[in-house]
Amino acid sequence: MSNNQRIKVLVSVIGLDGHFTGAEIVSRYLMDAGMEVVYLGIYQTPEMIVSAAIQENVDVIGISSHAANYEQINLLMELMKKNNFSVPVMCGGSIPPQDAEALIKKGVSKIFLPHSTSESIVDYIVSIVKK
Amino acid sequence: MVDSIVEKIVNGDVRTAAKLIGDIDNRVPGTREILKALYKHTGNAYIIGITGAPGAGKSTLVDEMVRDLRLQGKTVGVLAVDPTSPLSGGAILGDRVRMQRHSLDEGVFIRSLATRGQFGGLTQSTRSVIDVFDAMGKDYIIVETVGVGQDEIDIAKSAHTTVIVVVPGMGDHIQAIKAGIFEVGDIFVINKSDRSDANKTLHDFKAMIDITRKRSTNGGWEPPILMAEAVNNKGIVELLIEIEKHRKTRKALSPESIIHNKKAIAQLELIDMMKIRLVEEVLNHITNSLEFKECLDCIVDGTKDPYSACDELLSAKLPDGLQQS
Ligand SMILES: Nc1nc2c(ncn2[C@@H]2O[C@H](COP(=O)(O)OP(=O)(O)O)[C@@H](O)[C@H]2O)c(=O)[nH]1
Ligand SMILES: [Mg+2]
Repeated sequence: MSNNQRIKVLVSVIGLDGHFTGAEIVSRYLMDAGMEVVYLGIYQTPEMIVSAAIQENVDVIGISSHAANYEQINLLMELMKKNNFSVPVMCGGSIPPQDAEALIKKGVSKIFLPHSTSESIVDYIVSIVKK
Repeated sequence: MVDSIVEKIVNGDVRTAAKLIGDIDNRVPGTREILKALYKHTGNAYIIGITGAPGAGKSTLVDEMVRDLRLQGKTVGVLAVDPTSPLSGGAILGDRVRMQRHSLDEGVFIRSLATRGQFGGLTQSTRSVIDVFDAMGKDYIIVETVGVGQDEIDIAKSAHTTVIVVVPGMGDHIQAIKAGIFEVGDIFVINKSDRSDANKTLHDFKAMIDITRKRSTNGGWEPPILMAEAVNNKGIVELLIEIEKHRKTRKALSPESIIHNKKAIAQLELIDMMKIRLVEEVLNHITNSLEFKECLDCIVDGTKDPYSACDELLSAKLPDGLQQS
């Protein structure tokens, strides 16, 4: 890796969900780990997220979800497929096990529950980007 | 390979451009060849620099400007540059939060960039990204930078119109003088003029600009000072009108002074380009060497002083001709 290379991560809250604290804290973790975070904020639709991810050429998408709006995440996965655009999507939040399983089936690469450590998130991103 | 990439970019292909910008930023080998081929397709966009302290309202202002430009049917590229954390090398690029409404508009391409470059080099990536947007055929390119360092001032020099954004109070004017923004600013915007101390700031600025004007002549252009409230969409129309006026003033310069200006900018950019390549290549060469690591260890365990380490590394690693200066 040249010393000019950085992992670029898009962090966003999806749909009608105003909980931005988690997304902001994770953004901060990732910055402290030397990553570049494109932070989109709240109330993002799947279309907005995909468009931003393409323009920003990110390596990973991180979605924060605290409002049980998994349908939006499903739509995001479908939209990416439709656009032939594939980067790993990870989700963080209080997501019940059966919903988490359904999301993984939809192609979400990893779910982080609220108690996840910053190291586990950072390590995971590094491992999938290096692949 | 190069040809097909260039063709796609000239046809406005977003993904190809986005990928190229990433490669530029990561200094991926081979990128320069594409930039070389792309260069002849540049020179048509109008480049606006927006600079000012963090939180001054630059992104909010850019968002409103883009909206107005889109209503005029113009296409826009936005390059939003935020500082890299010197400790971690990471960054949070949050400018898109204020520009959400444009995210589905195909006539707008927004790209965030971190300053990166431990050896400087904001200028180089930024300049190259501007070229990519330009080759894509964007009518306007707006570059948002945090106006604190020399790099940002240099960026201002390659914009056609540089807008300096300040906010009332906070001793910003002092900071401004230090950074030399009065020399580079073509238009000054006092944003957040909904605040009560806005008029005092206006007075301070008028005085400062009068002093600066006595020292430099900008082809007869007198930098206007505008009041704005970006969050309330106030002052944006006026700003775009002033930008258009400045554009016309630049165009109306005598042929000699246009060539003179072009030469001055070309010189700046060429020197900058060489400086970055030289520093980057030489430093990479040295810092990747075994000797460098040995020197570091010696300094840490106290067996060598940094002055000697510096001399030894340079004389071992630089070609002969470069050592005596
Ligand atoms: N009171 C007031 N706040 C503003 C104005 N323009 C922007 N802001 C707010 O200032 C904050 C920083 O704005 P932002 O555009 O992100 O600033 P930047 O860091 O310079 O890009 C945001 O909370 C904006 O809503 C204004 O005219 N008046
Ligand atoms: Mg900003």
